[in-house]
This record gives sequence, C-alpha cells and structure tokens, in this order.
Amino acid sequence: MEGQTETGRQATAAPSPEPAIELRGISKAFGPVQANKNISIRVMPGTIHGIIGENGAGKSTLMSILYGFYKADAGEIFISGRKTEIPDSLAAIRAGIGMVFQHFKLVQNFTVLENIILGAEDGALLKPSISKARKELRALANEYGLNVDPDAVVEELGVGMQQRVEILKALYRQAQILILDEPTGVLTPAEADQLFRILDRLRAEGKTIILITHKLREIMEITDTVSVMRRGEMTATVKTAETDPEHLAELMVGRKVLLQVEKAPARPGAQVLEIEGLSVTDDEGVERLKDISLSVRAGEVLGIAGVAGNGQSELLEVLGGMRAGRGKVRMNGQEIDLAIKYSDGKGRRARGIGHVPEDRQREGLIMDFTAWENMVFGYHDDAEYQSNRFLMDNAGIARIAQDKMDRFDVRPPNPRLLAKNFSGGNQQKIVVAREIERGPDLLLVGQPTRGVDIGAIEFIHKQIIGLRDAGKAVLLVSVELDEIMSLSDRIAVMFDGQIMGEGPADSANQIGLGCLMAGMGGADTQAMDGWRISEAAAPETPAQEG
Amino acid sequence: MDFMTLLQVLESTIRLATPLLLACLAGLYSERAGIFDIGLEGKMLVAAFFSAAVAYQTGSVWLGLLAGIASSMALAAIHGLASITFRGNQLISGVAINFLAAGMTVLVAQDWFQQGGRTPSLIGGARFEPITLPFTEALADVPVLGPIYGGLISSHTILVYVAFAAVPLTWWILYRTRFGLRLRAVGENPESVDTAGVSVVGLRYAAVAIAGLLCGIAGAYLATALQAGFVKDMTAGRGFIALAALIFAKWRPWYALWATLLFGLLQAISIRFQNIPVGDFVIPVQFMEALPYILTIIILAGFVGKAIPPRAGGEPYVKER
Repeated sequence: MEGQTETGRQATAAPSPEPAIELRGISKAFGPVQANKNISIRVMPGTIHGIIGENGAGKSTLMSILYGFYKADAGEIFISGRKTEIPDSLAAIRAGIGMVFQHFKLVQNFTVLENIILGAEDGALLKPSISKARKELRALANEYGLNVDPDAVVEELGVGMQQRVEILKALYRQAQILILDEPTGVLTPAEADQLFRILDRLRAEGKTIILITHKLREIMEITDTVSVMRRGEMTATVKTAETDPEHLAELMVGRKVLLQVEKAPARPGAQVLEIEGLSVTDDEGVERLKDISLSVRAGEVLGIAGVAGNGQSELLEVLGGMRAGRGKVRMNGQEIDLAIKYSDGKGRRARGIGHVPEDRQREGLIMDFTAWENMVFGYHDDAEYQSNRFLMDNAGIARIAQDKMDRFDVRPPNPRLLAKNFSGGNQQKIVVAREIERGPDLLLVGQPTRGVDIGAIEFIHKQIIGLRDAGKAVLLVSVELDEIMSLSDRIAVMFDGQIMGEGPADSANQIGLGCLMAGMGGADTQAMDGWRISEAAAPETPAQEG
Repeated sequence: MDFMTLLQVLESTIRLATPLLLACLAGLYSERAGIFDIGLEGKMLVAAFFSAAVAYQTGSVWLGLLAGIASSMALAAIHGLASITFRGNQLISGVAINFLAAGMTVLVAQDWFQQGGRTPSLIGGARFEPITLPFTEALADVPVLGPIYGGLISSHTILVYVAFAAVPLTWWILYRTRFGLRLRAVGENPESVDTAGVSVVGLRYAAVAIAGLLCGIAGAYLATALQAGFVKDMTAGRGFIALAALIFAKWRPWYALWATLLFGLLQAISIRFQNIPVGDFVIPVQFMEALPYILTIIILAGFVGKAIPPRAGGEPYVKER
C-alpha cells in the first residue's frame, strides 16, 4: 500500500501543463442561503484532491454543479483547459466526469449490468449493449480489482458492492475525472481500505479523483492536495504532505478543536441497567442477539463497539422499546416487559430511558415538522407542555425550544424551521437536546456523530460526558472506534449478535478491539488487562465473516 | 354447462377482456414510469364518445378511431402537464380527468345529437366488423377444433387482435429495448436516470402518451366494436377494474393478460347467467352484475400477495433541495 502510494505520487510529480479541472468564481445560492461563494479551484490530472469541510459547508453543492446537477449562478468551469458548459449530467458525462453520490443513484431491482448500461446503451436494443458491458466489466475488474457479479440484483448487494457498481458506472462511461462524495460514510473499515486501494490504482492509471469527506484521516491517507471549505467559501488549498490534521481541522471550523475528549475519571454508582440473557429474533427468523448479558452503572459510559450489523441496532431497539425481545432487562432494579407487540417508547421514557436513535432522520425526528415540535416529541404529553386539559401550550413549547436551541448551539437558531432544513449535525443536536434535557437515568445513544461535522461532534461528546458526570448511565453504540475509545469508561465488543469481550476502556487497545470486532481472540486481546473474553471468540483464525 | 355454452362464455370473455387489457397496459406504461394514472376511465370515456361521434359523422370507423385516440391523448397531455411539468398530485389530476370526461362527453353528445347524451347507433362502415381468419370455413366441420377456431379465435374485430398483440410487444419493449430499460428505471429511481444524463421528463411524457394511445384504442373499441355507439358512462368502471388488474398483475405484461382475462371471464359469466335459481330462491340479476366488482375487491384483498409497485410511483421528480 505504502509503496503503491509512493509510485502514484511520483508519477504525478511530472509537471502537467493544464489542470484537469479548473473552477473559477463559482457561486450558487439556494434562496437566501449562499451555498457557494466565489469558489476557485485547480486540480491537476492524475492526482487525488480532497475537499474537506463541515456538514453544510457547500462541498456537495460544488460537486453537484460540476456534475451538472445544479446550475451555478456565476462562474466558469474548465476541463483540461477548455471552457466547458455543464448544464446537465449528460454534458458532465461527455466531458469525462463521473460522480459517485453519497446516496447511490442505482435502480434497486435492476441487475448490475442493467444499472451500468442505463443511459449509456449503444443502440435501441439491449442485447448488444449488455454483452458489450459484460466484456468491458470483466476488463475493468481485472484492471482495477473491481470485482462485482454482473448479474446480481443491486438490492441484494451490500453497500460496499453497490459503491463499486457506481464507480464502474463512471468508468464504463470513460470518466477521466471521478468525484466521490463521502464515500466511506457507509463502509466498514475493511471496505474503506479496499476503496482506497482502488482509488490508488485509478490514480496510477492517470485518472483524476476528487474526494469529498469530513474525515481527516482519509484526507491524510490518500490525497495529494486538499481544499478546505467553510460556510460556502474555499478557505485554503494546500499540499497534503505539507500539512497536518490539526491545521486542517482548524481551517475547517475556524478555531482550535480538541480531537481528544477531556473527561474526569468515572465515579460509577449503583447499577442502572441490567441485561440478562437477552435474545432477539427478527422477522425473517434470524437470531440477531444471542443471549446477551450486560450492565451499566450510574455515572459511567458503556461503549458498544463492533462493525455495523452485528446486533447493536437490535440491542438499542429492544432497550428503546421499538422491538420485542426475550430475556430479562431490569431498569433501576425493576424488570421491563420485553414481549411488546407495538413500539413502547413512551413506556421506556417513563422508566427513565432516553434514546438518541441511530437513524435520526427516520426515528429521531419528523423531517417535515418544525424544530420546536421536534423538540418535544415523545414528551409532548408532559404536563409542562399543556396549557389546559385540551390544548397544548405551543407558545411555551416554542420558548423552551428556542432556549434549548440557544444552549445547544443549533444553527440556525430558528425553531420555526422544518427539521429537514437543518444540516445533519444540527439535526442531531436537536435530538440530543431533547433527550438529554429531560435528565434520563439511562441514555441510549446510537451513532451520535454519524454524518456530523467536527464542531458538532465535539459538542455532542461534551454533552454525553456531562450527562455521565451528572451521575447518569450512558449506553453508547458506535461504529467509530475512536469515538468508543475516547468516550467510554467500559467497552463491550459485539460480533454476530454476541458479546465478544468486555472490559475497562483504559486497558483496551485498538488492535485488540479490532480483533474482537472481527470475531477473533488472540494475543492482542489477552494483553488487555481486566477484560473478559468470550469463548465464542476464536483464538487465532478468524471466524467466518458476514 | 354444455360445450357450446362454454364456448360462448369464453368468446364473450375475450371480447370483454379486450378493453380491460388495453387499459391495463396503458396503466402499465404510465405507472412503470412512475406516474399513477387513475384517469384511465376518463380517457377511455372521451375516446369512446369521440370515436363514435366522428365515426357517425364521417361514416368511417378508422377516422373515428383516430379521433378517439386524439381525444384520449389530449387528456393524457393534461395529466402529464399537471403531474410531470407542474409536479402536481397525480391522483387529483386523475380524478379531475375522470370528472371532466364524464361530464363533457354527455354535454357535448347532447349538444351535437340531441339524443339524451348518446350518439346515434352506428351502422356499416362506422363500426368495426369481425374479421374472419383464413381456414375458418375449412375447419368449420372439424369437431371441437372447428368451433374453437371459428368461434373463439377467429371472427373478432381487428382491435381485439391489436390488444392481444400488444402484450408480447409490451413485454419486448419493456425488457428488450433501451426505451424499456429507461422506462422501468424512471419509475424505480428517477435520480438514477437523471444522473445518467437521460431526461426524466421526456421519458415520463412518452409513457403518459403511450397510455393515452392505448386508452384511446380501448375507448374506441367500446363504442365502435363492442357496442354500436356511445352511451352515457359506458366505460362502467372498466378503467378502475383495469387498475385492479394491473395491481393483480404486479405491473407485468403477461400477468396483465391473465388478470384481465379473469376479470373478463367474471363479466362474461355475469352476463350469461343472470337469474340463477337456488331451490326456491333466485339469485337476483343485480347480484350477478355486481359479482365482478365484488370479486375484484376479494382478489385485491386476499390473492395478490406482495405486490411491489414501482418505487417512485406517484412522486413528482424534484432534484434534491
């Protein structure tokens, strides 16, 4: 990997006369919101150029303009030195630009081949196009290591594979410039590594790649140059080799950011949540949780690490009253009824359980409702929100919402805006404010910072630690290992619906946790003091994957 | 039930299934492209009226057919304008088209012909005549095969054959051509079509236009082949039964054929067996006439299984933000 990267960089060191892409003075406004302000950028051929910025900084808008999805209000685009008008996606494709969107643009019930030829068919009949694409696909697979079953139906593929289909779509259209928008957001670490190897290969073949991300590590790992965007403006463009993550983070948010969470030692108190032999079988009859036992004390954060899809979501859903389970769960010593037929979030809240769900847009908020309404959902029957027996105290709720938005730094601080009009980070702040402000004895937190910008991450982390320090229990589920390690007092690792190991965060190391997340035991996990490793963790050889 | 009765019922099934099949395929094109179309009924109705009116005036059924198609496509264009260009609610647009058609046809009919909202009866060249296929006479004396060929397969009007030929043609278009691939894609995920550099609007208008064409043929068939002239509300809910058949068929052409034949059979039975005595009690004719509609509800409620409509169906396409 290292060696490849080196050759890739050397190959690009030769001075090239024309930049592959040059944007001059691009501006774009959505109503009163200036998404892009006078942006200029030059990307040399055969390089990987990173664009980093917080959520809502205007990265995706800029790239959508380059791909002809939006039309810029002002500015010029030059492709390989030639001024190019890109009024629609067809023009972008003709100019050799391919784009892999954050949310894939695939037809779910089409095969891979059908998706690839869509819009790039050779004639009115499909047969010749399909056989040509099949041949081409085999060649691309060999050239870039992009293996996908051409006859697989897309909805049956994992997200990593679907992303490959998107990349293949672009390459099939002879794209010389490839734009990837937050490509690793949906990938497991292994899949992300694979993607980076593919990008490396593409760069070595002379393709130009623009990588949009808000993950600093990815920028440092793979890009040659990086541009930083903040609030619709391009604040800097630097060579990656000549910068460091702290500097970029500062450019991004405009102030020094602590990447490490500061926290006092935990003072754990009484047991708040006790889980004994919890199992869950899903609608398809698959056992998603297998006999899990855990406990969380007051004043501590228990972090659940694991690759997505190993039962963490089901655990949160059972505890949050959104799914039925078998086994025993006690909250403050009192048993909770797990055999529910319908969601019982209200019953759980009455027991003192707050829940910041994994999918804030589907489970945490109603996107078409205003911020002030969203601020009270789930608690809207509480006495303090009623003016009398029949009417809600909307004015009072709006005042309370305004106050919470100010204190949680939700931007813009306008309670009358619809939830969908806030950026991801600010949406999450609304959910966190609602759940934390009610002072739950136990807070369930799922992926608190997924798709959230650095400034908001720091803020949300502080809130979680603050709740812990106030003597409350926190159960944190995250696929970001860094987040688990920096926030948790104790860590449990889930794999295939089981707890692979559990122990204090202080003695955990990244490699050991990584092994457990892959279902392995081994020497690194033995080195973690105070950890109980499950017998299910295979000693050396990896358990079967996926 | 003897052989000849069975044959008559089946023959009647084919004739009654034809307008359902055409309307069902019309809905299939439209909905596969993501445009819900509950205005099938209205489009058929205007086509029935204008085809009968023009056929009566000119004496040419072919001109009538063209007029029917033109009027149906005009309504389709209105639906397209409302739901594609102006991104309105597709159901409301469809309802409006049905009301417009129901009212307008009777009004214009009364104004033109003064016969209580109907057209005069069509005779001669103003109607589609049955076609006698070759070998009908040669086979006429062969037992079983002769009556089946002569009664069931031969001696239908041209539009019946057009409708049945439209099934394999639709299948071929959907699954073997570029247009079909794009049409299916735009009903599932219009963004994928848009980012692939293909016009979502263009595809959807094309689909709606095809729906207009097929509804036009269906309506013309009702007034100039199945019956001899236009009568008020003569579509009698066929557009809605076609929609039911479309769901029953899971938006697939061959299934659409079987589904509409089933509904056609139900109608044929209700016409053939009107008063059925059961002991002292006689099942009233009204019940038999309601039977196809009752069975429609039962089939839709119980026998469809999991029918997944095109995923982008009913949603106007708006780029993000």
